[in-house]
Amino acid sequence: MLTPVTDEDGAPFWEYAAQGELRVQSCADCGELRFPPRPCCPHCQSFASEWRLMSGRGRIWSYVFPHPPLLPDYAAQAPYNAVIVELAEDPRIRLVGNVVATPDAALDSVDPARLRIGAGVRVAFTEVDGTTVPRWRLERG
Amino acid sequence: MLKDATAIVGIGQTAFAKQLPETEKTLACRAILAALDDAGIAPSEVDGFASYTMEETDEVEVAKAIGAGDVTFFSKVGYGGGGSCATVGHLAAAIATGQASVGVAWRSRKRGSGPRPWKNTAVQLPTPGQWTRPFGLLRPADEIGMLARRYMHEYGATRDHLFNVALACRNRANQNPAAIMYERPLTREMYMTSRWISDPLCLFDNCLETDGALACVIVGAERARDCRQKPVYVHSAAQGLPSQHHGMVNYWNDDPLSGPAWTAARHLWKQADFGPQDVDVAQIYDAFTPLVPLSLEGYGFCGRGEGGAFTEGGALEIGGRLPLNTGGGGLSEAYVHGFNLINEGVKQLRGTSTAQVPDAATCLVTAGEGVPTSAVLLRS
Ligand SMILES: [Zn+2]
Repeated sequence: MLTPVTDEDGAPFWEYAAQGELRVQSCADCGELRFPPRPCCPHCQSFASEWRLMSGRGRIWSYVFPHPPLLPDYAAQAPYNAVIVELAEDPRIRLVGNVVATPDAALDSVDPARLRIGAGVRVAFTEVDGTTVPRWRLERG
Repeated sequence: MLKDATAIVGIGQTAFAKQLPETEKTLACRAILAALDDAGIAPSEVDGFASYTMEETDEVEVAKAIGAGDVTFFSKVGYGGGGSCATVGHLAAAIATGQASVGVAWRSRKRGSGPRPWKNTAVQLPTPGQWTRPFGLLRPADEIGMLARRYMHEYGATRDHLFNVALACRNRANQNPAAIMYERPLTREMYMTSRWISDPLCLFDNCLETDGALACVIVGAERARDCRQKPVYVHSAAQGLPSQHHGMVNYWNDDPLSGPAWTAARHLWKQADFGPQDVDVAQIYDAFTPLVPLSLEGYGFCGRGEGGAFTEGGALEIGGRLPLNTGGGGLSEAYVHGFNLINEGVKQLRGTSTAQVPDAATCLVTAGEGVPTSAVLLRS
């Protein structure tokens, strides 16, 4: 599996994920959330930022089911789902992820027919090749 | 002022195929020399080059191989397929401002026989890839499929609308002996029963994988009148990198369904003497079918959310409201990062296309939507 290669701006996201927390960068001056992380605030140009704890709740904005040809680890689970989740705190903060039956289940562990745009999801975390990544579970069932 | 100050006076291309034996550099040189020959201009007169990224051949190699003179202008536009039309825009600007007098733009690709670029996806894992690749969003088809699903959900666009795009391109390729899909018709049944690549995108929603090269030659309007071919004027040119844009995908904009096309279009039309209603024929970047309805909206051929419906009733076919990708496009002629669309635009305005739109005098050509993009308006 591919694991995230972090950079200076994004590293805290993955460090908090390892502690089981979904945190998003926000401006320490004007309070705007921003994603993906970056050095300064596009609204007020402040370089002061903090990492705000999210509720972990969101909605499916869109999704695809990739089929092979794919990289081998992904082909083995295909067709799987990849989703974009918009966060409850701010729908402009959108995270790419996967909806799974249990946090450490395979990427194809949820019946594709159950995915809908607008469906509520909740974050969970799992370890993949030594890195903790967020996964998403459907709110209903 | 850029408007009609320069013209494309030569075009050239190699054969297109899934596999060609020659190297990317050799193909590039063949296409460039063919374009110069078409223009009737000696290679030693070339003093300007423009290219775009995701090609290995540098202008240094090309200039040396073809026997160019002293080069006084060269530029390389970023973001792969979004840069195709910007090469023409950069050369037009350089020539209009006196920085060069004979400019060459080109694209050479070994995309058919070379490795698929996403196989090398691990090198993209640092920003922005860390936010997408680990979750199995590996290929451009997956990234655009995500926008397509949302677009269909929000506006009621259907797979039939995407099929209309694929069909128009295929029908034009069926008329073009140089196209890979020449004499290979497409039916609705073939489309609807084909395999998924990234559901909601099926096989026929995806461009070809092609080896081949193309080039064009640009000079000032005055010189253009003395060249072998009828000049095709660069009327307006623009690039587009929208606010809060993020690489290949636009998921983090306030509005991910209005992409770079909208930004490029605003500037393109502002500089032009005519508007979308005056465009006789369009060459819209079609690495994936959903890019066409999104682009039709962005470039103002219809309203927001109306791009799917626009494709109905044969609108994109010859004789329709906006004949599209008349050489077959990336979907059915060749996928050469959109450069075939530029040369096809020139053929239309010369009156030499294999699917000629009668009396075509204006043509819009666009580069990849979804990535930082570019476009040119050409006129005869
Ligand atoms: Zn701020």
